[in-house]
Amino acid sequence: MTIAPDLRSRAEALGQTLPPLLAEAEMLASTVMMGEHGRRRAGLGDEFWQYRPAHQGDSARMIDWRRSARSDAHFVREREWQAAQSVTIWVDPAKSMSFSGDRSRAPKADRARLLGLALAVLLLRGGERVGLAGLASPRAGRAQLLRLAARLADDAADQDYGAPETEGMVSHGRAVFLSDFLGDLGGIEAGLARAADRGVKGVLIQVLDPAEEEFPFDGRTIFESMGGTMRHETQQAGELRARYLARLAERKDRLAQLARAVGWHFTTHHTGSPAQSALLWAYLALEGGR
Amino acid sequence: MFTLGPLGFAAPWLLVALVALPILWLLLRAVPPAPIRRRFPGVALLLGLKDEEAETDKTPWWLLLLRTIAVGALILGFAGPVLNPEERTAGSGPLLIAVDGGWADARDWPERQAKVEALIAEAGVRGRTVALIRLSDPPDRVAFQTAEAWAGRAAGLQPQAWAPGDFAGWADALPDGAFETVWLSDGLAHDGRDQLLSALRSRGEVRVVENVRPVLALHPAGYAEGKVTVAASRVPAGAAVSVDVIAQGPDPSGVERDLGRVTLTFDAGAERAEAAIDLPPELRNRITRFVLEGARTAGAVSLADDSLKRRKIALIRMGADQETLQLLSPLHYLRQALAPTADLIEGNLTDTLMANPDVVILADVADVSASERAALTEWLEKGGLLLRFAGPVLAASDVSRLEEDPLLPVRLREGGRTVGGAMSWGEPKALAPFPEGSPFFGLVPPADVVVRQQVLAQPDPDLAERTIAALDDGTPLMTRKAVGAGQVVLVHVTANAEWSSLPLSGLFVQMLERLAVSTRPATPGATDLAGQTWVPEVVLDAYGQTSDAGELPGVDGETLARTIAQGPTASIPPGLYAGADRRVALNVIGAGTELKPAVWPSGVPVDRLETNAARPLKGEFLTLATGLLLLDVLAALWLAGRLRGLLRGAATGVVLVLMAATPRGAEAQDATGADDFAIRATSSVVLAHVLTGDPKVDDMAQAGLLGLSDKLWQRTSIEPAMPMGVDIEKDELAFFPFLYWPVVAGAAQPSDAAYAKLNQYLRTGGMILFDTRDADVAGFGGGTTPEGQALQVIASGLDIPPLEPMPPDHVLTRTFYLLQDFPGRHQGGQVWVEASPDAEAQAAEGMPFRNLNDGVTPVVIGGNDWASAWATDDIGVPLVQVGRGYAGEQQREIAYRFGINLIMHVLTGNYKSDQVHVPALLERLGQ
Repeated sequence: MTIAPDLRSRAEALGQTLPPLLAEAEMLASTVMMGEHGRRRAGLGDEFWQYRPAHQGDSARMIDWRRSARSDAHFVREREWQAAQSVTIWVDPAKSMSFSGDRSRAPKADRARLLGLALAVLLLRGGERVGLAGLASPRAGRAQLLRLAARLADDAADQDYGAPETEGMVSHGRAVFLSDFLGDLGGIEAGLARAADRGVKGVLIQVLDPAEEEFPFDGRTIFESMGGTMRHETQQAGELRARYLARLAERKDRLAQLARAVGWHFTTHHTGSPAQSALLWAYLALEGGR
Repeated sequence: MFTLGPLGFAAPWLLVALVALPILWLLLRAVPPAPIRRRFPGVALLLGLKDEEAETDKTPWWLLLLRTIAVGALILGFAGPVLNPEERTAGSGPLLIAVDGGWADARDWPERQAKVEALIAEAGVRGRTVALIRLSDPPDRVAFQTAEAWAGRAAGLQPQAWAPGDFAGWADALPDGAFETVWLSDGLAHDGRDQLLSALRSRGEVRVVENVRPVLALHPAGYAEGKVTVAASRVPAGAAVSVDVIAQGPDPSGVERDLGRVTLTFDAGAERAEAAIDLPPELRNRITRFVLEGARTAGAVSLADDSLKRRKIALIRMGADQETLQLLSPLHYLRQALAPTADLIEGNLTDTLMANPDVVILADVADVSASERAALTEWLEKGGLLLRFAGPVLAASDVSRLEEDPLLPVRLREGGRTVGGAMSWGEPKALAPFPEGSPFFGLVPPADVVVRQQVLAQPDPDLAERTIAALDDGTPLMTRKAVGAGQVVLVHVTANAEWSSLPLSGLFVQMLERLAVSTRPATPGATDLAGQTWVPEVVLDAYGQTSDAGELPGVDGETLARTIAQGPTASIPPGLYAGADRRVALNVIGAGTELKPAVWPSGVPVDRLETNAARPLKGEFLTLATGLLLLDVLAALWLAGRLRGLLRGAATGVVLVLMAATPRGAEAQDATGADDFAIRATSSVVLAHVLTGDPKVDDMAQAGLLGLSDKLWQRTSIEPAMPMGVDIEKDELAFFPFLYWPVVAGAAQPSDAAYAKLNQYLRTGGMILFDTRDADVAGFGGGTTPEGQALQVIASGLDIPPLEPMPPDHVLTRTFYLLQDFPGRHQGGQVWVEASPDAEAQAAEGMPFRNLNDGVTPVVIGGNDWASAWATDDIGVPLVQVGRGYAGEQQREIAYRFGINLIMHVLTGNYKSDQVHVPALLERLGQ
């Protein structure tokens, strides 16, 4: 046996989780109508853009003879510029993402991965290059999708809260950060600043569980972070609700401010609502940022 | 045993543990409920938040209280609490236990028995001798024996169905020497009890044990104004209470059933309550007993005897109605004598025999027809009583002259005799005293009753034994003969005062009573009972259960009458006593019996019978503790915030139940729909047609009735509103005077409910015009067309009278227009109406019509497709072509005229028919 048991079990686990995730992502992506989106200017590409009169310096083989034969002048056929964009997706691998407030709801991480992968499907179909921050460098093509899916399913970190990863981000590319952004604000700010320094534009998607929005707790409770590193004890959890919600709103406000400052977009998505709207929003936000 | 008020403790030292409660309080206070651990990423946002109430880390006070009470209840429970621990006082010397043992004891006999057994057992423990006496028994020697000897006998002791009576005799029977007495009283005052009490007190200490529960007693039922009245008493009078009285008796198959029920309501403080039961005579005559529901004593049962039964009497007078004066009517005196006590039926013999009367009275009827004779004989042999009165008709007839008539007890001599009249010798005859063996034995004939005229019996061999009353010269006045199980009685004078003054006297009524013709007064008096021996048939036990009397000896009438007044005794138990021809009930409680509570002298201690039995409370305390601990679990869950899920589930359940319970709005809409329908149908005259389900037919019927309504509006004073379609299954029919029913092939049969509605409609004056619309292909009545068959199916469930083709003088031919033809779209089809009631009626001389007064035909049946001929659209243009050219228009006109005649007939009834009387009326008025 040459295959290590660890590797084999992981491969089997991957085999189990990958196809559903991928299938779900494809299905989700198919709900967003796709088309080739040109750059609205002449350049390299497959689509016809315009005929223009030939200038000095245009080589003879650039002339479109069929068009030119219908008139006296020579015309050059120009195509629309279709430059591929590099999009780097960061899905928070921290333990806080594995929270689910209700047995019937999937953890936040599932939704974040789904959104990320569906976005990747859409972008790859659009001919863009998509990568995962710190895990896979941006590439185009269907094979990249399988790679991304494998990396995403594989991905888990030990720390409680994650900070955005900027490694492997292409300058002047696009970025998508999917996280609950409940951890230290400093890490988030630093990550965002690094990305902005490289001229990267993108979106922040805060994925939250409805329980985190409602705080439906009462009585004497000890709250622990998912990794167990943080704890807070209270006698009357219900009393804390208003103050918790105020802090959450403040955190969202702060994130939106940060995003605005660097020209990013920010939204909050709940695992209780359908993923489609978030996907559409993200896709449009990425397009609009172009 | 350590006691605290009514509480005693089996293990009092455990109560020391109560001291530990304050410590427990402190301990529990220090330990708050366990927290829940939750994983929650949002904890990062919670860091640094402080609880506002610092108190809550301690257990809340009410939870502490709950737990303290729970633990306290546990400690008390294990300490063995006992409510009313028994404390006995010692006694010594012989013990006499006196039990009243009357009917009133039956209500709580097991308790009394237990008390007696407890007393005997206690005496046994202390080595005392015991004597047990039952005061409802005749006095007997009182023997003190060991408790063991009495223990077995006490268990077999039962109460008696009568009240304790002979106290004086018991006082005499008491032995000398000192003894202690325990008297188990039934709580009622009895005459002579003080005598025994003073005798007992002279022997030693007397303790009385009484039950405070009220005694209920039911008085015999009476009869007033057609209703049975019942009354009940109670002692002592307390708060308002209701008791049901049940009238029981056999049903036709002989099974005992509750025949009636009424609720007696005792007002607060009232001792007596009365109510009336309204029962039909058939049920009333079956009642054998009245029972107070829920009271198992002889006093709560009242046996019903014959006094409640009301006989059905048929009064028959044959022949044509003579318009004689009421006072001369042979039935007048009978009616007067019998009406207060019996149900009278009058009519002809055949009809009244169907009602199965108890008695048939023929007043001066000579002979009856053969069929009536057969019916009468059959009824007689089944036990009927035929009472006949003589009279001029009987005297003049040949009935029973040579051969004895089966319906007469004796042969009669021709003509009868007259005594003391203007044309005869002698004085009017008085009555002889009634011989022994006669049903009237014991009655004293008043001297002023005289007989002036009578029919005479032939002196046959058995005349003497058939005579039950005679005149003072020995001539029979009343004779009797048995026929099968029944009997025939002939009174040789008339039933009115023409021949004798007997019907004017009180004796007449008494004799009718003795003959079991009329019903007796409620309480039989001594004179009613005297002279006979009354044999008990059914006896009551103390619990009110009836049993066969067996071999009990009979009682003479005087004794029975006295007993009825004073109440039953050991020698004459309560029950039903049968005499020669009637039964008398001897009830424990008479009509005038008054119940009084027992009053004891002040020196006599009175205990309650309900000894507050020692009752261990350990179980209750432990249950309380467990319940409190369960509450504590819930409270702890709630404090810890884990109750939300449970509550949410409960809330969902409540919402689901509420949703299921919410009434649907559809019904309310239905109701308003029905109201709209009723208002539209009744705001003016509306012609209606039955919806067949075939839209073409229904539209045509609607258009036809519209056309007819227009014509009615134009030509007559009938101004109908828009015609309506009626669904016979759902809609109310009573609003419509007239229904047009086009019959379609294969129409479904209406449901039973619809048939009931239709029949009700036809009976209460509605009219239906059935139109098979097939006169072009078939004559009506053959059932050969599909429509004809459908009509037969529909009509099979309808209450339709005999029909005939419309006769030429039917009132329909002249209610508005004079018609002889009733065409619709087709011409010449037969039209059928209700057959005239008098088929033989002929037109009087000079009259164009037969004199048929009554009856608006409820149905008209034909096949001429009238609706098509009548049909117009909204502006009055005919929709269907009828015939050809002018002749067709003429046919349509006649069709309209038929329609108008029909509606006139519906709305005015036989008014036109009555017009034939106009010449006669005018003539009478002298015009």
